[in-house]
Amino acid sequence: MTTPAELEQTQVDPAEDELGAQDRPWLTIVWNDPVNLMSYVTYVFQKLFGYSRDEATKLMLDVHHKGRAVVTRGSKDKMEADVAKLHGAGLWATMQRDT
Amino acid sequence: MKGWTRRRGHLVAVLDPSEAALLRGLVTQIRDMLGARAADAPDDELAQLTGMTTGLSTPPEDRVLARLLPDFSRDDDGLSGGMRSLHEPELLAEKDGVAAVVLDTCPPHGGQVRLTPEQAAAWLSALNDVRLALGTALEVTEDLPDELPPEDPRASHLPVYHWLTWMQESLVGALSG
Repeated sequence: MTTPAELEQTQVDPAEDELGAQDRPWLTIVWNDPVNLMSYVTYVFQKLFGYSRDEATKLMLDVHHKGRAVVTRGSKDKMEADVAKLHGAGLWATMQRDT
Repeated sequence: MKGWTRRRGHLVAVLDPSEAALLRGLVTQIRDMLGARAADAPDDELAQLTGMTTGLSTPPEDRVLARLLPDFSRDDDGLSGGMRSLHEPELLAEKDGVAAVVLDTCPPHGGQVRLTPEQAAAWLSALNDVRLALGTALEVTEDLPDELPPEDPRASHLPVYHWLTWMQESLVGALSG
């Protein structure tokens, strides 16, 4: 999805453009599903993103209790790569622009 | 089998002949299903020129396959389609690769399985793919009971799912411990 107002802003200021269009925050979200094991999800978060066991456990519990958790945020390219890695591990992940 | 243990840097378990046959059969089925999807990928002139494989941009109609190959976005079909055609060939190759590791290291007639940590990580992914497929087919929920009433058509398949769950849990424990 694009928003014309944001595009306009990036055209006005080239410096803003580098941080703007390219690095405007995107989010990687992991959704709860009834199959993936809590222990496995924690393991995947640690292995893919280098989270400590405590951090990974907290994110896993967020997914479990709240139905979803933001596991990484950054550029669109980075989130695209993160979602691809999570799909490789069998987690239900999607990406979206931060609101 | 009694579960996975870690011995001198390797992950070790012993599988009964029936367990080995069951696991190999399930992994092979998933692999065939993913292979059929890969064969459906467009093979156009552009792909031949650039050597880059492009995947399908539409999600699988089959819900089991769709769970193994999810969309990248929940609400933006354009984004999902573009990402899918870009990443699905790689994802299919990755899943095929972990399935191949299981088939290479799981003795057809059972016995000891001895894995490096890398091979064990591949087993975890492959076991998860099988559980996702079976769990989707069985329509499992988080509060799924250990046993279903005998008249439920899923009743006879559920023990297989629970066995895979137990084996995966045991392997995560051995790898993380």
